[in-house]
Amino acid sequence: MLEVVLRAAAVLAAFLVLPLLVGQTEHKVMAHMQGRLGPMYAGGFHGWAQLVADGVKFVQKEDVTPARADRWVFRLAPAVALLPYLVALAVIPLSPSVVGAQVDASVLLVLAVMGVGIVGTLMAGWASANKYSLLGGMRAAAQLVSYELPMVLAVASVALAAGTLSLTGIAAAWRPWWLLWQLPGALVFLVSALAELQRPPFDMPVADSEIVFGVFTEYTGLRFAFFLLAEYAGIVVLSLLFAVLFLGGWAGPLPDVLGWLWTLLKGFAVAVVVIWLRVSWPRLREDQLQRLAWVWLVPIALVQLAVTSVVVVATR
Amino acid sequence: MTTRDLVFAAVGLLTAAAGLLAVTTRHVVHAALWLLVSLGSLAGCYLVLGQELVGLVQLLVYVGAIVVLVLFALMLTRAPIGPEAQISTPGWQRVVGAVLGAATTALVATLVLPALGPGVVDLDRAPTSTPQVAAAIFGTWVWPFELLSVLLLVALVGAFAVSRLVVADGGRRR
Repeated sequence: MLEVVLRAAAVLAAFLVLPLLVGQTEHKVMAHMQGRLGPMYAGGFHGWAQLVADGVKFVQKEDVTPARADRWVFRLAPAVALLPYLVALAVIPLSPSVVGAQVDASVLLVLAVMGVGIVGTLMAGWASANKYSLLGGMRAAAQLVSYELPMVLAVASVALAAGTLSLTGIAAAWRPWWLLWQLPGALVFLVSALAELQRPPFDMPVADSEIVFGVFTEYTGLRFAFFLLAEYAGIVVLSLLFAVLFLGGWAGPLPDVLGWLWTLLKGFAVAVVVIWLRVSWPRLREDQLQRLAWVWLVPIALVQLAVTSVVVVATR
Repeated sequence: MTTRDLVFAAVGLLTAAAGLLAVTTRHVVHAALWLLVSLGSLAGCYLVLGQELVGLVQLLVYVGAIVVLVLFALMLTRAPIGPEAQISTPGWQRVVGAVLGAATTALVATLVLPALGPGVVDLDRAPTSTPQVAAAIFGTWVWPFELLSVLLLVALVGAFAVSRLVVADGGRRR
């Protein structure tokens, strides 16, 4: 019983710390890449206090619910968007022993609960009683529905290669030559993950020059901060998932006791790539976005699945 | 009463209550959201019964379906907030909905429950696991499974054909 409580507390701590770490990294990486001076100023050395200042600002803001909004749905939406990532983080292993909860089919669990997050976005878009929010919600839903398919196919390919649905099992079965074998699947997964997170270049749902800020338009203060936290938690979850599925998780030259450190480092490197792509790519148009998913990603993922099956059948 | 009984009772009650609210609520989006709660807690029921794979697939499949359902509800109703005379469900319809739902429940219960028989399963040693479910689907039941997928494919192609035909007909789409 004590162990369960300790593990839950550790998952919660990781859930609160890792997204902030990614947020801080994003501030700094973007500041360096784009020559931004603002994020380098607060607190003196390298602008370390910028994130703290942001947090204090969000807490101070008034919590406004629009008069014509659907009160309950509007208020619940940030929680529905945030909680799935907490559940997903609980089953992603950092090493065979460092994991929140051992689940048999953990890959399926992660994919299933991440789908729930879409509902939060859609709820927020509809309940705000604002046409920009509604447009953003529709765009988000259309985007997530199309990109879920290539993502699931890419994950299915790795699961097929490893012969198990457990994340721990997949990372244990991983061999360095999979980097080449599963490369198309890994690329498809990375692109779909970016789209799932609605990060640039897939940020049509929050395109500020077209629809203000999409579903977040009417949100203020802490509720808005929850949506932001959900975005960064999403980066953490998907980066760690990528590290475990495609980069071998805890496989590395250090002794096995430090395996969790390898997973974290690999996940962090993926998170930096996610930030890098945000800084360097322009936004896709809605039709380009759908085209990319259906004309490129789904076929590539299907071919990857076929290649994986052939190799698995031939070598077994 | 074990902990499992209590949890199952709670999740089951939530499923039933959300299902009832889904057919009796006034607003179409609320109905869809309650349906989501109902289907999600049904996945919880499967999990409590030790059927992890079934529960997760339930979540994966139905959450995506509900998202599409909400999208269509929003597009067909112009997404108003609050009561609106044209689309809000009148009281008698909600009563009829509840009665029909209860009748269907009773019908399915009387048909299915006797068919399952009086078997007792020890849940502490889960009787089926993911590999066994997979072996059953792709071994014993592989032909019905493939037939179902062909059926779904035909439905998909049919849906595409219908939507394209209407456009080719001189844009008679409203």
